[in-house]
Amino acid sequence: MKDDVKAPVIFAKDLNLVFETNDGPVQALKDVNLSIERGDFVSFIGPSGCGKTTFLRCIAALEHPTSGTLKVNSIPPDEARKARSYGYVFQAAGLYPWRTIAGNVKLPLEIMGYSKAEQEERVRKVLSLVDLEGFAKKFPWQLSGGMQQRASIARALAFDADILLMDEPFGALDEIVRDRLNEELLKLWARTGKTIGFVTHSIPEAVYLSTKIVVMSPRPGRITDVIESTLPKERPLDIRDSEEFLKIAHRVREGLRAGHAYD
Amino acid sequence: MRSILPILTVLTAIVALWYGAAVMLNKQWTYDQAARAGVTVTFSQVLADTMTQERPVLPAPHQVAKGLWDGFAGQKITSKKSLVLHSWITFSATMAGFALGTLAGIVLAVGIVHSRAMDMSVMPWAIASQTIPILAIAPMVIVVLASLGIKGLIPKAIIAAYLSFFPVLVGMVKGLRAPDGMQLDLLRTYNASGSQAFWKLRLPSSMPYLFASLKVGVAAALVGTIVAELPAGASQGLGARLLSGSYYGQTIQIWSALFAAAILAAVLVLIVGVIERVVLKRMGMAK
Repeated sequence: MKDDVKAPVIFAKDLNLVFETNDGPVQALKDVNLSIERGDFVSFIGPSGCGKTTFLRCIAALEHPTSGTLKVNSIPPDEARKARSYGYVFQAAGLYPWRTIAGNVKLPLEIMGYSKAEQEERVRKVLSLVDLEGFAKKFPWQLSGGMQQRASIARALAFDADILLMDEPFGALDEIVRDRLNEELLKLWARTGKTIGFVTHSIPEAVYLSTKIVVMSPRPGRITDVIESTLPKERPLDIRDSEEFLKIAHRVREGLRAGHAYD
Repeated sequence: MRSILPILTVLTAIVALWYGAAVMLNKQWTYDQAARAGVTVTFSQVLADTMTQERPVLPAPHQVAKGLWDGFAGQKITSKKSLVLHSWITFSATMAGFALGTLAGIVLAVGIVHSRAMDMSVMPWAIASQTIPILAIAPMVIVVLASLGIKGLIPKAIIAAYLSFFPVLVGMVKGLRAPDGMQLDLLRTYNASGSQAFWKLRLPSSMPYLFASLKVGVAAALVGTIVAELPAGASQGLGARLLSGSYYGQTIQIWSALFAAAILAAVLVLIVGVIERVVLKRMGMAK
């Protein structure tokens, strides 16, 4: 099924998720319909509580929808998880303090049973992909926050998942570091051809990175707009001053405002 | 090196206080003796006497120091008076009990973390076990085991284990549960098995907690061993030395044994601390 290039990588139809809390049921996702094609860079943007992270976690089979259809690589998310078809990057790097950077990147490879030689080879490859070649033997506390997050991206890339799910990976970093990492992420995406799902609450970040921007709004969490970016694939940082960029950013802002209109 | 001055100051104050207390507590006996002999004593004579009594209420620091020196260096180590011998007996039982207790604590903690049924059933008993005074339970254990023909090191080790398993259990439960939701989610995205999560995440995460509880546990094991030596009628061990000292009113002997126990405890905690430093450093967790 993976060979079926035409089928969307992620396909959601009438997806609903209701959390039962002490204050009664909370509709985290309501009637979500979305399809993501192979090679897309999709950003999910919206205020907190809009369900963007929840939706990403549904794709990763870390949450389970109450109703509706969700397919990842044309199979249910749980099977996709067991097939190790995605890498997940959390908001915090979450590196193990008792492992070196190389050891941390090796973690999924050890769990998935790659041979020792293969592990070394892959660690070397992905560390150079995120520009951390010289830091393999360092421990996490010896690296800056941005470098730690790059290491955690390397960890998610180490095995052959063609989907990369990122939950506000640069949310805790300052803007200068974030700009550089955004630029690097685009290069990485161009080089690897992966399908990326990216949660953010920064409009410039979403517009700069994405081929498709999904605008969401809270109570209940739902999609209010899906914007196909008209920006070229090649994106220098100063594209953010172009008229095209500002037009898309404006539409995102409008979408976010519309979602808030009634409260 | 700068910290040496405050340490010495406090130490000097303690010793001075101790000498003062020795004079206050021991002078009554000097006055009584003088009254019985019908002589009067001057203050300086009293002062000198309170420092050199054979069975003082409170031995002076130099008397205890001499007692310790005699005990450790002044005897053949096979002598009944040798503190080296008694310390060794107590130390060996402590180590056996500590090993047993640590093992039990870790095994129970692993069970508690992985099984809800064990969490509900074992933990209350573990807590209840520690509310029973060890002085009450130690003689029973000794008597029951003696009737089964088990004597010597093992009953003492069991009581030491009884005290030392608990801090290890509590620390390890906390440590094995230390990984947060994100870390566990990460392993789920790799479809890692339960045992992989245990060996790669939970166990390494628990190491700092383990060492903190081992320090408490090793001291508790020593207390357990000494308490176990009291009712056993044992002739060897620091506990036995304490007991025979109190039978014959040999206060210097009691205090020497007490200090020997304190030194032993300090050394044990220090050793655990050194192992902790080495292990955490090799794990990259100590900066």
